[in-house]
Amino acid sequence: MANLKVLKNRIASVKSTRKITKAMQMVAAAKLRRAQEAAEASRPYAERFNAVMAGLAASVGGSDSAPKLLSGTGSDKVHLLVVMTSERGLCGGFNTNIVKKAKVHAQELLSAGKEVKILTVGKKGRDQLKREYADQLIGHVDMTEVKRLSYADAQGIAKDVLGRFDAGEFDVATLFYATFVNVVSQIPQAQQIIPAKFEDAGDDTGATTLFDYEPSEEAILADLLPRGVATAIFSGLLENAASEQGARMSAMDNATRNAGDMIDSLTIQYNRSRQAVITNELIEIISGAEAL
Amino acid sequence: MADTMQFDLVSPERRLASLQVTSVQIPGADGDMTAMEGHSPTITTLRPGLLTVEGPEGTSEFVVTGGFAEITATGVSVLAERAVAKGDMTQEHLDEMMEEAKTMYSKAKETFENEPGPVDDAAKLLADMVAMGDHMGLTAKQ
Repeated sequence: MANLKVLKNRIASVKSTRKITKAMQMVAAAKLRRAQEAAEASRPYAERFNAVMAGLAASVGGSDSAPKLLSGTGSDKVHLLVVMTSERGLCGGFNTNIVKKAKVHAQELLSAGKEVKILTVGKKGRDQLKREYADQLIGHVDMTEVKRLSYADAQGIAKDVLGRFDAGEFDVATLFYATFVNVVSQIPQAQQIIPAKFEDAGDDTGATTLFDYEPSEEAILADLLPRGVATAIFSGLLENAASEQGARMSAMDNATRNAGDMIDSLTIQYNRSRQAVITNELIEIISGAEAL
Repeated sequence: MADTMQFDLVSPERRLASLQVTSVQIPGADGDMTAMEGHSPTITTLRPGLLTVEGPEGTSEFVVTGGFAEITATGVSVLAERAVAKGDMTQEHLDEMMEEAKTMYSKAKETFENEPGPVDDAAKLLADMVAMGDHMGLTAKQ
């Protein structure tokens, strides 16, 4: 009889777990939609920005007077890795994938004799990197209080990064985050933000038109490059937010399904042992009656 | 009726406006300029100020800070770090922006003691904010 009672409790507990994971999945789905909308809304800005910057960078980039943010400091000894992860867990391999990518990168740099510094955004990434790279962690940005990502958050991080760059703390900065493809797939990315690289050199109208610049090209570039860092971080944060919710949604979907399977098998087990107990009792009664 | 051109105003967080307009008055870093259809291609950075858009459906105004405008013969796109429709602009917004400009100014004063360049820039930014506030009938707290 004790066995039956244990099974019954087990089933009840798995059932309540299933309720929780189901609820988390639905919350993640709702948040995902909002995160996707935010990412969608930010795209026009980022696209136009990069197109203009690509044009500018192409025309000024070659000259000696190009700002350091574009041409680099002339060396690539010290690397800063900005690792952006989530504040909460229970989202499958999302954080681990980003951290893994960053670790591989860091290992490559270290074995090439470079110096590595790490700035983490989001608690989960810091927790995972703390063990192996405790000496390399130079800072952490806490996003726990942030309910809704705004551009100001990205500006804050950018200011931190740029301040360190101006102080000569590093030569190259790389951003780590995951791009959202769909609910089941988020791809960890490494994007170099300092010195700035603009891949978007596609031949749209911007590339062929000759622009007048007011004030000078150099002045505009010097003004816009720091903003470019903030823009890159902002799109990274938005992509990350969408990826996190997507990853959580599929992780919770899996968990819900697993709980369902578990309940099924436990129920079968419960019914079997209940029947065994009944059969046992019957045999006892019958053999008792026969003995008389 | 003048010909119209495409006008886009985008901030990092969303697209604020996308419509056909006849002229756009832009608060450029080196002075205001008005762009109409057929303007020579120009890129200019913005100072804090009012962006006035005139179109067939009337005039609308936006408060913009930081960013740049890309003018081509067929359209204008303004990418502003912060953009608010003038009607939505409140004293709090201005206070917040003033606060930011002020901290930048004092920081610039500290870090670049012997270089006038960045300090002047920050001072100009602050002055621009004040001027914009006056223009809109809001008082900028000093």
